[in-house]
Amino acid sequence: MSALLWLIPVALGLGLIGLFAFFWSMRHGQFDDPDGDASRILYSEDKPIVDGD
Amino acid sequence: MGRVDPILAPPGCPSGKQEIPTSQLDPYGHQLDLSPYVAATLDGIRSLDLVIQGAHCAGCVAKIERGLSSLPGIEKARMNLSTLRLHTRWSGTEIDANDIVKTLSRLGFGAAPYIIDEAQSRSDAELKFLLRAIAVAGFAVMNVMLLSIAVWSGHGEMSARTHTFFHWVSAFIAIPAIAYSGRPFFKSAWSALSHRNTNMDVPISLAIVLACTLSVYETVNGNPDIYFDAAVMLVFLLLIGRYLDARLRMRTGEAARRLAAMQVTSATRIIATGGIETVSAAAVRPGDRLLIPAGQRLPVDCKIEDGTSEVDMHIATGESRPQTFGPGDSLYSGTINLTTPLTVQAIALSSNSFLSEITRLVEAGEQSKSRFVKIADQAARVYVPFVHSVAALTFFGWLLAGADLRAAALCAIAVLIITCPCALGLAVPAVQVVAAGRLYKRGVLIRSGDALERLAKTSEVIFDKTGTLTMGEFQLLNAASLTPEQLGYAATLAKHSNHPISRALHAYAGSYKTEDVSEIPGKGLSGVIDGVLVKLGSADWTGTQNKDVKLGASWLSIGKALPIQLEFEDQPRADALETIAKLKAQGLKIQLLSGDQKSIAEKSARELGIAQWRGEVSPKQKMDILHQRRSEGGYPLMVGDGINDAPAMAAAYCSASPATAADVARSAADIILQGDKLSGLPFAFDTAKRAHRRVTENLAFAVLYNIVAIPLAIFGLVNPLIAALAMSGSSLIVTLNALRMARS
Repeated sequence: MSALLWLIPVALGLGLIGLFAFFWSMRHGQFDDPDGDASRILYSEDKPIVDGD
Repeated sequence: MGRVDPILAPPGCPSGKQEIPTSQLDPYGHQLDLSPYVAATLDGIRSLDLVIQGAHCAGCVAKIERGLSSLPGIEKARMNLSTLRLHTRWSGTEIDANDIVKTLSRLGFGAAPYIIDEAQSRSDAELKFLLRAIAVAGFAVMNVMLLSIAVWSGHGEMSARTHTFFHWVSAFIAIPAIAYSGRPFFKSAWSALSHRNTNMDVPISLAIVLACTLSVYETVNGNPDIYFDAAVMLVFLLLIGRYLDARLRMRTGEAARRLAAMQVTSATRIIATGGIETVSAAAVRPGDRLLIPAGQRLPVDCKIEDGTSEVDMHIATGESRPQTFGPGDSLYSGTINLTTPLTVQAIALSSNSFLSEITRLVEAGEQSKSRFVKIADQAARVYVPFVHSVAALTFFGWLLAGADLRAAALCAIAVLIITCPCALGLAVPAVQVVAAGRLYKRGVLIRSGDALERLAKTSEVIFDKTGTLTMGEFQLLNAASLTPEQLGYAATLAKHSNHPISRALHAYAGSYKTEDVSEIPGKGLSGVIDGVLVKLGSADWTGTQNKDVKLGASWLSIGKALPIQLEFEDQPRADALETIAKLKAQGLKIQLLSGDQKSIAEKSARELGIAQWRGEVSPKQKMDILHQRRSEGGYPLMVGDGINDAPAMAAAYCSASPATAADVARSAADIILQGDKLSGLPFAFDTAKRAHRRVTENLAFAVLYNIVAIPLAIFGLVNPLIAALAMSGSSLIVTLNALRMARS
């Protein structure tokens, strides 16, 4: 029982970290362009990527 | 559009899927003043958002981004393939916004400024919120379920203290999560109730709130059964359905807005000093003097001040042949000036002008459509009172039978939870989302879920002719009876004109040297090729004495030789015949209504196998015919593309238009057919019928499930485990049934 007293908050804490990470990535627009991002990895870029984010 | 006009086509795309922008007759934005759309940030960086047309694939995106990043001063050029928006940022003075649009045009893509409007940013924000709500609900479901499973499996072995501890943890996870993620349901239920209505969200909200309240009460008193998991699961599953539905609506809304953005026209205004400036059509005021070059679409209603030209009126009247207009005549916006530049004056839309009359008729039609009650709401009207009365009866029944308040309340709330507004709430949206997605992939945009329901009930299809069943363009029929030299002469002359007949000849090669080319509106072209006077045009113009004049003929005279007849016809679309045959095979009645001359309408009807047809029909007559069909109990679908079709489309039970249709027709349409094809229409019917069957199956399953579950709940046989299994099981079955449609 004593193990549960700290294990459960730890588990919840990890879950919350995941949740906040998701919110953070949403705020940075990582889910705005699923089709584009999917095909972007297939480019063979010879030139350096234009900077700016 | 997917055809390649060798004179007007832009360079090809690596993947071969690039389309020609719709606005090729009115090349957008090269000289247009884009400064209202350019945003300037601090430290001198300017940014511009554009909607791109013609880009399909990753290859096009790479082409655009690489092409733009080679421009000097560009800081960022990033294209969003999902929304087809391009975001560019640049600094310095070497380039301006127009350079960007010119580069895009050179690469073969159309561009229009991206203007975010209220409705769109609201739907963007709604979508983002739903995604966040799903994330929170998902987190809550997983953790609460973790604890619940522990409780269920530890039944009998778990100490009461641990049991209660788990309940408290569940409460602390579930209640904030529901308060955050349940907002869409609570808001919708509240607004329905405050208008003395009910919708599906009322029982959903009631079930969630009561389940939570009961569970808190039980937790506080240390009792064994809580329903937090059921409540959070309900929220999670229903939110997913809602998110998919919202995403689909946003996608079709975006596609429709993109089409509208590409039709935005520029206008060449003559300023007081006599010079000209290019402005957006929206900026034109009545009284402004405009210059309309040959080949350009009229941006606003106007009156001709100077010049005589032939004008393609088909978007307004449905007639395939151009007419000649001169000084003093009025012209509608959207028509195309063909032969000679015109100086015009923009005129105010008077209250009884053609366009405002059309708008009024369209609005009247729209109102009748909004009275259509969706299946989901019909189901809710029956379901809600039934379930609530059963719950109330259970409560009082148990009290009368001698049970205490708590037991009676438990049974009543169990009834509410188990009747699972889950399956019922997912039954219809799940199917509609899958159906609309399937259609979207085939290039058919469905504006709303109830459009799909109406499509399933449609019994007849009424087509407009010009621009809908036909391409709205002429083709040369008797090329074989001309020598290559004659054809070459004709094609060479035709290169200098935008008249539909000349455009038909663009497909043929003609590269002789010409001098003194002139085009006389209403008559034809003339020029000197290899020292010989060549004329192409009407019978009078070429001086033919031949009285055997075929419909749609033009004549070619070379020097003193006898003029040769060239036959042109507005050909039906490649798949029109096949589409009509398929629709007939699906059991639909077909009719043709055209604003064009009777003989031309009759010919088209015959060629396409349409038995019922009418020609020379005015917009009001079209609308009256639709009203009549509806009052006779029919369910007509109207397919049209012009302004003259819009009132009929609004009056019909359901409506469709090609993507190249006039603005007002497209916004009146329930279904938009992209590309040049009509074949999307039979497919849409098929999909709508299948969707209807799935929805019926889903609703039947929901009813059956309730018949089994309600007695269990009334007699107190339901515990949290059973409730959770029932909810997830029924939702899964309903969703899987909906997905059966995705495989074709």
